[in-house]
Parts: sequence; structure tokens; C-alpha cells
Amino acid sequence: MRQRSLIAITAALAAGALTLTACGSRDSGDKGSDSGNGGGTTVVIGVDAPLTGDLSALGLGIRNSVDLAAKQANKKNYVKGVTFKIEAADDQAQPSSGQSNATKFVGNKDVLGVVGPLNSSVAQSMQKVFDDAKLVEVSPANTNPALTQGDDWQKSKTRAYKSYFRTATTDAIQGPFAAQYVYKKAKKTKAFIIDDKKTYGAGLAATFTDEFKKLGGKIVGTEHINPDTKDFSAVATKVKNSGAQVVYYGGEYPQAGPLSKQIKAAGAKVPLVGGDGIYADDFIKLAGAKGAGDLATSVGAPVETLPSAKEFVANYKAAGYKEAYAAYGGYSYDSAWSIIEAVKKVVDDNGGKLPDDARAKVTAAMQNVSFDGVTGKVSFDEYGDATNKQLTVYSVNGNAWKAVDSGTYNGS
Amino acid sequence: MNELPQQLVNGLLLGSMYGLVAIGYTMVYGIVQLINFAHGEIFMTGAFGALTVYAYVLPDGTSMWVALPLMLIGAILVAVTVAVGAERFAYRPLRSAPRLAPLITAIGLSLALQQAVWAWYPGAKSARTFPSIPGGPFEIGNVTIQTGDIFLVAAAPLSMGILAYFVMRTRTGRGMQATAQDPDTAKLMGVNTDRIIVIAFALGATFAAVGSVAYGLKYGQIDFRMGFILGLKAFTAAVLGGIGNIYGAMLGGLVLGVAEALSTAYIADIPGMDKFGSQSWADVWAFVLLILVLLFRPQGLLGERVADRA
Repeated sequence: MRQRSLIAITAALAAGALTLTACGSRDSGDKGSDSGNGGGTTVVIGVDAPLTGDLSALGLGIRNSVDLAAKQANKKNYVKGVTFKIEAADDQAQPSSGQSNATKFVGNKDVLGVVGPLNSSVAQSMQKVFDDAKLVEVSPANTNPALTQGDDWQKSKTRAYKSYFRTATTDAIQGPFAAQYVYKKAKKTKAFIIDDKKTYGAGLAATFTDEFKKLGGKIVGTEHINPDTKDFSAVATKVKNSGAQVVYYGGEYPQAGPLSKQIKAAGAKVPLVGGDGIYADDFIKLAGAKGAGDLATSVGAPVETLPSAKEFVANYKAAGYKEAYAAYGGYSYDSAWSIIEAVKKVVDDNGGKLPDDARAKVTAAMQNVSFDGVTGKVSFDEYGDATNKQLTVYSVNGNAWKAVDSGTYNGS
Repeated sequence: MNELPQQLVNGLLLGSMYGLVAIGYTMVYGIVQLINFAHGEIFMTGAFGALTVYAYVLPDGTSMWVALPLMLIGAILVAVTVAVGAERFAYRPLRSAPRLAPLITAIGLSLALQQAVWAWYPGAKSARTFPSIPGGPFEIGNVTIQTGDIFLVAAAPLSMGILAYFVMRTRTGRGMQATAQDPDTAKLMGVNTDRIIVIAFALGATFAAVGSVAYGLKYGQIDFRMGFILGLKAFTAAVLGGIGNIYGAMLGGLVLGVAEALSTAYIADIPGMDKFGSQSWADVWAFVLLILVLLFRPQGLLGERVADRA
């Protein structure tokens, strides 16, 4: 008897654990997808982003912004006879989750475009799945050059996946832009380079390093950290003893915040500079009071300053989302809107109805999309990259990021 | 500038935290031969217990000197409740089952606890900020000790001393030793082994709770996954030191922490090894050390060679 009840309890516990785990990945997937109703065809725009975990602040901003774009399109009846709906999937910043989400989207015939993901490493696992299905994917945040221009992008550019587009600028621009700012404007000549070995971080660190050396700067140390740990004291001590004037970090804010804090605590009073991955309010929270003066580059001009963005900001507020639109809100809205534009073109060309091979047609139409979006002019070049190549340097000032310099990087 | 003293201190601090958590693995293993994989999550719930006291029980702006002891009590209460509950409802019913059954249960429990905190603790879907002790870092020679680490510096040796006294000198402590040596004989001699086992779980959880408060103060943030990697490291520390031996757990923790810090700092300076020296390789070197130790001393640094155990 006793034995049996034990088994029952174990089974119940195991089942409980499994159910809870499942909840973790499903829960957030179905929220916020009720955008509008009405007759006609329903087109689903998929959203893939980390909705839980360390990077959720960025991911939820992406989801909400796409949701807003769908709602706006429905409200304006932008594409006649078509109602847009979003379906959000959580990738937890894991390539494996991203790939299974991609497969799920491909399986849903109503999905005609996907916005996402946030992480370049996740994008790598999704590109082929989408490309095989000719399903268009627009990322608001991927910055790794290899995603559009091939692994060998420094020597010969080739586009591997015709269905992949992005509204974000690449590390090939972002890293060097930061290097020029640090060397020329901030007058720092000795840099310590740290990255998290992920596609995004390592790519960014490498392009920064190249440009910084080219300008005449000196790299006084290189480190790779493990994103799973929170203890960077050994690295911080090395930074202090290297005599670096600036630390460049290729990675994201969950590690960058504590890293900045620990570097300063170790006694190195130098700013930490990073890419758009650290441009989040949570970075300031994690880095603490001594994070003042840390710098981040982010794609585009500051969303709030563009006249085209005012409307977005107002609408976002009016829609009453719980989470901020964060670093990629404007780009996510533009990504979603480019899908909506492409769908409109396809529907208009087909006499007001969706054709049978809608996915392939939408992907083809995407190449020629051009409109004035939240972040400026939105259009794509022959590799699927955004033609808008503006970047801004932000600095931590009190409890907020403040834009300090904005410009366009012209290749070297 | 010589960076060795600072790196040693970095390693010892990290190591004492591993050690505090490792004690829980080692005590439970010593008495019931169960690897309690949920221990990392008990550590995590302790941190959230402390945060609850600070954020929801105490009024805003309470001085850290008042708040810290109360947070510690909160952490211990939560961690001990979870650990004793786990023992009573998940492990005790399986005590006579094959070894693998409680092990799998422990893994399931670990996932369940993580997801429970994720799902129900307010704001736990991303990292929560942990309060910090005000005041600047302390400089001793060219070694810097952070304010948050002061707690760890004081708490780790103190709790180690209390534990040693408890196990060696008190009646219950001797009962634990007896149960560890031979549960059946201990039972025949009048030791209430069920009670001893509960005490072992509770003590382990207490030390994990102390460690979790130290973690929060050191890094300034806690999240629902914080216990996983740390638990794995602490388990490694327990094996390194000789599982079943409480001094071994502490020693193993310290050795592991120092190994990580020194490999980050110095391996890259060895000619031809620059690729293997960064912090992301520190874990690899820590495990290389573990394998080397186990090759020559399979029972761990301080473990005893016991025929039917380990």
C-alpha cells in the first residue's frame, strides 16, 4: 500500500513539474493576440522574441509594438478585407526554441510574415526554416552581418536567405561607429575588449576591435565571459590592472550591468561601452549608481526625437501596454508595418484577394517595400538589410539613457 | 601591479559561497545517500524569501543594518520550509525505493520550484534587484573587498564554526554522525532517524539561505535560475572536498572558487594558451581540477574511504 502511494506522489510531482515547465513556454504565447476582428481574411503576423527570462524587457517591447502595428492597420482598414492578428511565441533567447517556434509558424497557413527574433544566434537557427517555406521574416534587432551577407561577408557578400530582412543596422556598422566615437570624440586610446562569445556579442566586439586598431588605438586586453555566471570579479581585476581607459563589451544588458558594476567596484573608473544590446533601462538598474557615464550605441536616431515617431509613442501610450516599447519598439513597429505593406501590395495586385501562393508573393513584394516609418525611411537593399544606416550614441545620465551623438557611419 | 592577492580574494569569496551551498549537498548525502538536486533551488527560494522581507514586509527606507538580520531570518524560514516540505512529501515516501527514484524526484522538484517562482513571484520573470549595503569598498593593501562581501567574509567562517560545534558537541549532532555511519544500528540504539534526517535537510537549507543572502548582496540581483548553475558548482565542490564530509564541502568550495579565479587571471599568460584563458574557460579548468583530484583521491580531498558508499 505504502509503496503505491509513493509512486502516486512521485508521479504527481513529476507531472506537476512538467506541467509547470510547459506553462513556462506556452503562457505568454497566446496573450495580446486579439487585435481587432471583423470579416474577410485573417492574416497572422508571427512574433518571435524572448518574452520571459533575462531579455524579456526587450522582447515584450517587440511583441507589443507589433501588436500595435496590427491594431493600427485594422483600425485604418489599411488592407481592405484583411484583418491582421498577431501570434507571439517565446524563444527565451535560445536558438532551439526559436527553431521550433519557426516550425510552428510555418505550419500555420495564416501566418504570412514573422517579426523577430531579437538575438542573432536565434535568427541563425530560424532562417532556413522560414526560407524553405518562403515565409518572410523581418528582424527588428539582429545586427550580425553574416545573417544577410553570408559568413564570408568581409570578403565577398552573398545573400543566403531571400526571405530574411531586417530593419536594424548591422554590427559591421555599429562596432566601427562606436570605435570612432570612443577614439575620436571621447579621446580614449586604450581599450579592454570583453564579449560573451554569442553571435551578436562576438561579432560586435570583433568589428569594434578592427576599427579601433585601425584608428591607432591600443587593445590592452581581451576577455570572454560566460553568460551563465554573475561573478565577473576575476575579469574586473584584470581590467583594473590593464590600465584600460575604456571597456568595450559585446553582449547584452543582463551581463553588461553586473559587469559594469563589478569593474567599477574593483577600482577601475572607466566607462563601459556596448551596443544596442545594453541599451535598455534594465542596464541602468543593474549597473547601479556608478554606471553613470557608460555608453551604448543603438541603431537609428532616438525614436522620441523623430517627428514620425511621435505618433507611435502616443499610440503606444494610448494602447496601455504594461511594458515599455524598449530599444526595439520603433523597429518592431516598422518591421510589422513592412509586412503589412507587402501584404497590401500582394492583395491589391490580386484584385483584392490573397493569392494561393501568398507567402512567396509577400516575400517578393518585401524587397520593394518603401515607406516612412517610425524610425525614418524603411526600405531594404539587395541583401535584405535596412537602407537606413543611422546610429546614435547614448550615455547613462542619472536614471535614463541620454542621446549624446547621432550620425551615419560611412564605411571604411 | 601584482594582481595575485586580489584574485585570491576574489576566488576565496566566490568559494565560500560555493562552500555554504555545498554543505547542504554533503549533509544530506552523508545521511541518506541522496543527491538533492533541488538544493540549488532551495538556495534560490531563500534569496526570494529575503527579498520578500525587504520589499514587502519592512517599511521603505529601513536601514540595511536593521533589515539584514530580518532578511536573513526570512531567507532561512523560507528555505527551511521548502527543504523540510520536500523531505516530508517528496523524499521520505521514497526512502526505501531504489536510489534513482528520489534522484529523479529531486530533478523534478528542482524544475517545479524554478517554475513556481517564475510564475508566481511578482516581477520574477526577469531579474529582481536585491538591496545592497551602503558604504564604499574596503581597501587592505592593494586588495579591495566590496561592501556586499563583508557579509560573506563574516558569515561563512561563523556558520562553519557553529556547524562544527553542533555536529561534534551536541547530542543531536552525535545522533547525526551515528545515523550517517549506520542508520539501522543508530535506530536500534534509540536515535530517531526520521528526525535526524529532517534536521539534516533543515541545516543544509539554513546554510544555503545564508549563502543566498550573500549572493544577493554580492551581485545586487537575483532571479529564478540563479540556483541552477550555483547548485551544480556547489555539488562539484562537495564532491571535490569529499561528499559526506562537512569540512570537505567548505574546502572543496574554496578550492573551486580559487581555481576559477586563478585560471581566469593566469592561464592566458602561459605561452600558447591565450585562447583557453578567458573567464568562459574557467569552468573547464575547474572540472579538469576535479577530475585530477578524483583520479588520485577518488574519495575527494577530505573524504574517507568507505567501502559501500561514495
